[in-house]
Amino acid sequence: MGAIMKWMPASLAGRVYLGLLLLLAIAPFIFQLIDQPFYLDLLSRALILAIAALSLNLILGFGGMVSLGHAAYIGIGAYSVGIASYYDYYDGWLHIALALGVSAVFALITGAISLRTKGVYFIMITMAFSQMVYFTFLSLEEYGADDGLVIYQRSEFPAWLSMESNTQLYYWIFGLLLLTLFFIHRLVHSRFGKVIIGSKFNETRMQSLGFNTYRYRLSCYVISAMICSLAGVLMGNFTGFISPDMIGWARSGELIFMVIIGGVSTLFGPLAGTLVFVLLEEFLSKLTVYWHLIFGVMLVLLVLYGKGGLDGLLKRGKQHD
Amino acid sequence: MDWNLLITQLMNGLQMGLLLFLLAAGLTLIFGIMDFINLSHGSFYMIGAYFCGTVVAKTGSFLTGIALGLAGVFIIGALVEWFIARKLYRSDHLDHVLVTFGLILIFDTLVHMIWGASGMAIPLPAALNGQITLGSLELPTYRLLIIAAGLAVAGLLYVLVSKTRLGMLIRAGASNRTMIEALGVNINRLFLLVFALGAMLAGLAGMLIAPITEASIGMGNDIIIIAFVVVIVGGIGSVKGAFYAALILGLMDTLSRSYLDDLMKLFMSGEYAETAAPAISAMLVYILMAGVLAFKPQGLFPPAGAK
Repeated sequence: MGAIMKWMPASLAGRVYLGLLLLLAIAPFIFQLIDQPFYLDLLSRALILAIAALSLNLILGFGGMVSLGHAAYIGIGAYSVGIASYYDYYDGWLHIALALGVSAVFALITGAISLRTKGVYFIMITMAFSQMVYFTFLSLEEYGADDGLVIYQRSEFPAWLSMESNTQLYYWIFGLLLLTLFFIHRLVHSRFGKVIIGSKFNETRMQSLGFNTYRYRLSCYVISAMICSLAGVLMGNFTGFISPDMIGWARSGELIFMVIIGGVSTLFGPLAGTLVFVLLEEFLSKLTVYWHLIFGVMLVLLVLYGKGGLDGLLKRGKQHD
Repeated sequence: MDWNLLITQLMNGLQMGLLLFLLAAGLTLIFGIMDFINLSHGSFYMIGAYFCGTVVAKTGSFLTGIALGLAGVFIIGALVEWFIARKLYRSDHLDHVLVTFGLILIFDTLVHMIWGASGMAIPLPAALNGQITLGSLELPTYRLLIIAAGLAVAGLLYVLVSKTRLGMLIRAGASNRTMIEALGVNINRLFLLVFALGAMLAGLAGMLIAPITEASIGMGNDIIIIAFVVVIVGGIGSVKGAFYAALILGLMDTLSRSYLDDLMKLFMSGEYAETAAPAISAMLVYILMAGVLAFKPQGLFPPAGAK
């Protein structure tokens, strides 16, 4: 009993999130038990988006770089799977390498330009670059243009890592989610992370301490883009169909909401936010065709009255920063 | 070269530029003076079109439709400022983006509930529906009217902004908001007026375009992004900058759509040019903005003394 208690997080928020992760770990069995395979689909999609939202939170929340173009990296990841499969290359490692490589190069170039700007200009320039990606895929008729591209087969991995069945794919997603959470946790608490967070609050001070903040921020931007491209690889495998629609600026906007709903610059906030976003979308849209109205009103109220998102709600009353 | 086609395309570009200007003028002032990012500015564009269409359907008069429509959008704009935007001027841009995205959802759904999912066609009076013939050139009367109206509003705005007391306050606000607050100007009233006027201009753009494209849900959501590009390229808070940038973007977009493939065929295979040209012309707008931001982040015509 004592040993278990030692592993128990002290705060309410920590316990809720630990419970959430345990629940997610056994979710496929629960859905099988109640014979609702559809929920597994829903949850898979939510967790893929959660990985993307976590990566966005790395730059948006911790780094203060509000990007309205992050969906472009989901697109790059998904098209890496799609285009490679189109030429009959099904090797999963190749897909992942391609996604990571292309997104890193694209993020390095566009980030180097974008990070010369600040605030609202940064929002607009990241949006501009993602729109360029959008129109590029829109014009590639070889790969379906606006009709999109069907992926007939999931990425191939060794048997013990296969993502053939939906449950296997779910555990791929869940595994990558855990890795992402762990990685971001370590990153944020490293020296690198401290510089990133410091630059968000007072860049001049970090510079006078001798840090080349531009390089730190650019590295952070590239890392975030690469994580997001992994979410794209999963998305391509999950939907089996990709189209430029995944990249438009409204998609990037949705990613921002997921982060905000959950709580910016918190580790688990984006995960909670994405789950709430996707589940709300699902259930409200079944309730009424006018569900966007409810959603819009919630957004307005959230910003006007609900500081700190869900994470803030859990931690309310406790001193934290 | 087909000169008639070129002139027609120039007119189309001019028309698009002026419509963009009507949208961007309000956007740039709201942005420059209140430091407020209003993604839902495109909703005013849509609401204007639906208001106008409803009145035209009831009364049969296009002019009445425009007049009542403008009043309606002015009121909606004032309400949004009063109940929502006002509370957020001091919060960060992210909050603005979120709230106004929420407003887009709300307005789109309300329009859906009130007017239904299908679009609304707005019939033109016969007098405007014809063509004007100049030599071998046939120009649609209504398009000429849009251009004339756009130029007239631009002129009016110029007089308002540079010759009146209100304009002086607006310019002062775009340059240094804190200072005019310190000078004792009733800033709340100024903000309300600018916001509602901006909404009205966006509504006017929607009313003018609706007879050509018909009013539809979400019609403002694509063009608002281009209008933002206009604002950034022109310089935030600068009406003059918005005017030039809108014309540049309107002409560039229209001309590249009709001529870029020919241009590209000069140095690459025809087949490739035909598929790549439409995408590149759609991209040009963003390439221009990225270029401006990278080399002249304050925009081409920033307001005097802006930070």
